Amino acid sequence: MSIEVRNINKRFGNFTALDDVSLTFPDGELVALLGPSGCGKTTLLRVIAGLERADSGQILLDGEDSTDRDVRQRKVGFVFQHYALFKHMTVYENIAFGLRVRPRSTRPSEAEIRKKVARLLELIQLGWVADRFPTQLSGGQRQRIALARALAVEPRVLLLDEPFGALDAKVRKELRRWLRQLHDELHVSSIFVTHDQEEALEVSDKVILINKGRVEQLGTPWQIYNEPATAFAYGFIGNVNEFRGRVDGGYVHVGDDRISLGHSNFANGQDVVAFVRPHETEINPDVHNGEGITAKVHRIQGKGPVTRIELVANGEARKGKNEFFEVELPGSELATLGITAGQHVKLTSKRISVFDHQNGTGKP
Amino acid sequence: MSAVAIAASPQSGGASRFERNAATRDAPWVKALVIGVGLTFFLIFLLLPLIAVFLEAFRKGVDTYFASLVEPDALSAIRLTLLAAAIAVPLNLVFGISAAWAIAKFNFPGKQFLITLIDLPFSVSPVVAGLIYVLVFGLQGWFGEWLHVHDIKIVFAVPAIVLATVFVTFPFIARELIPLMQAQGRDEEEAAISLGASGLQTFWRVTIPNVKWALLYGVILTNARAMGEFGAVSVVSGHIRGETNTMPLHVEILYNEYQFAAAFAVASLLALLALVTLALKTYVEWRVAHPSTSETV
Repeated sequence: MSIEVRNINKRFGNFTALDDVSLTFPDGELVALLGPSGCGKTTLLRVIAGLERADSGQILLDGEDSTDRDVRQRKVGFVFQHYALFKHMTVYENIAFGLRVRPRSTRPSEAEIRKKVARLLELIQLGWVADRFPTQLSGGQRQRIALARALAVEPRVLLLDEPFGALDAKVRKELRRWLRQLHDELHVSSIFVTHDQEEALEVSDKVILINKGRVEQLGTPWQIYNEPATAFAYGFIGNVNEFRGRVDGGYVHVGDDRISLGHSNFANGQDVVAFVRPHETEINPDVHNGEGITAKVHRIQGKGPVTRIELVANGEARKGKNEFFEVELPGSELATLGITAGQHVKLTSKRISVFDHQNGTGKP
Repeated sequence: MSAVAIAASPQSGGASRFERNAATRDAPWVKALVIGVGLTFFLIFLLLPLIAVFLEAFRKGVDTYFASLVEPDALSAIRLTLLAAAIAVPLNLVFGISAAWAIAKFNFPGKQFLITLIDLPFSVSPVVAGLIYVLVFGLQGWFGEWLHVHDIKIVFAVPAIVLATVFVTFPFIARELIPLMQAQGRDEEEAAISLGASGLQTFWRVTIPNVKWALLYGVILTNARAMGEFGAVSVVSGHIRGETNTMPLHVEILYNEYQFAAAFAVASLLALLALVTLALKTYVEWRVAHPSTSETV
């Protein structure tokens, strides 16, 4: 099912949860709503589900206006972070719930219900827990039951609110691989909320990056990681070194240092923020070189093929949000450079991304 | 038997672990003193009076005992007590659930006020509670004239007794349910409606089963208080024998007339009700603490 939201606004008291959000969710894809906590992603999911009412704006499900539709009429499957299984019912009854509460005319027979529940239990590979109670199951099992329960009513869209948020790291990884497989089998349009960038990039077809109630970027995981559209997107996804300075003659000037900007459309004198990924940052041991940001080597961590070098920023460059710079080098390169802790070096890069200091976009 | 087994098992928590550990064990005399004080208090102030009630009740023989229970005035008092409880409990069941539901599941202006108001019957003296009804419905009260003209009797009649009982028992069920419902949140109800359940279906199939033991506990407490209430009922009853006397009031009248055996006989019935209530309450408390044991079978 296609989902479209138009100009959605939602406030809680003085807090703006959603600020004029307009999005079209592609049909049949698994989409991640990614953002820091409190950014409005869960609110957006609940507005789409009909569990929350937007202050203004429209929600179109399959092209028809569903803004005033009740959650029951929207035919969405909702999976909660803390499972929300019915504690007093067996797993079987939990999954059958959505079928049993139907009006008599559309309610399936007991035999049909049994068949359907059995099929769903098989799908989630938990056939043997039908007679157990939720409290007797592990977190991962509970979340799979919750998913089966949501699927039992044959929803047009599956909405998952931080589905793996309450699980430990290992189960989480297993379960998200499993969710991806399940989606590839069923092809039901799905949206899941997460604050974990790794999870979003690994599982989804598309990622929607949200910050402070606004959409920062919509794209494939590859685009989100490699072509961040805004300063926020750059800082949120992956590790990054940040320099704040002023553009002048093809360089960003940070205090007395400067770093080459490459070609850009920023005018001289503009305040900007520049980002460089750790693996695209280069170290020059020659401090008298005219280009580069001065820093002091703080610690060298060699683990396996990649060497991580932490550097303390110098003077003006410290104004970035991280006190430390990070550089990742192939292990072999460290010996060639011959640097040691405590030594002063210059940081340069061939791939630097610059955003406006004020509005965080790539345009001047 | 089973209690011993539980106490000895390592999972039974603090007390036994504390005891077995020499580092945290208190000196024997401390232990003896604390247990001694507790037991003495329990014997003198709780067990002894209870035994005394039954001893006094049977002092003039079993025949007198039963005679004083089946005597018409006593029977009428028992009937009235049961009637008041039978009306107060269902009413407070409805009030209690609605109040708890409103407080736990919704935000609305005046919520804090409502929470405070629910506790009013606990904080105000029962005598005051009774007087309120006399003031409102009595002959000199606000609606006294009108009621008199239309020949409706409330004060010094059964309706006032029921009203007073409802008033003093109001907080029990709501107080039990509010913290539980607040702790459970709305997730399960939201899950139910997202699966297509109507409001009523959600209420019966999800909300009520989740609070059923707390609800039963509240009902038991309400019932116990409804049968035992003295102060508020005494003010509004008028003490008309065979008509507006409840069991506690009947006991008082008999006692004041020096019919000790009869007074204690009726009192023993009340005490018996209390013991049954305690047993039920213990069972429900145990069920609340071990919710899964019956369901895992």
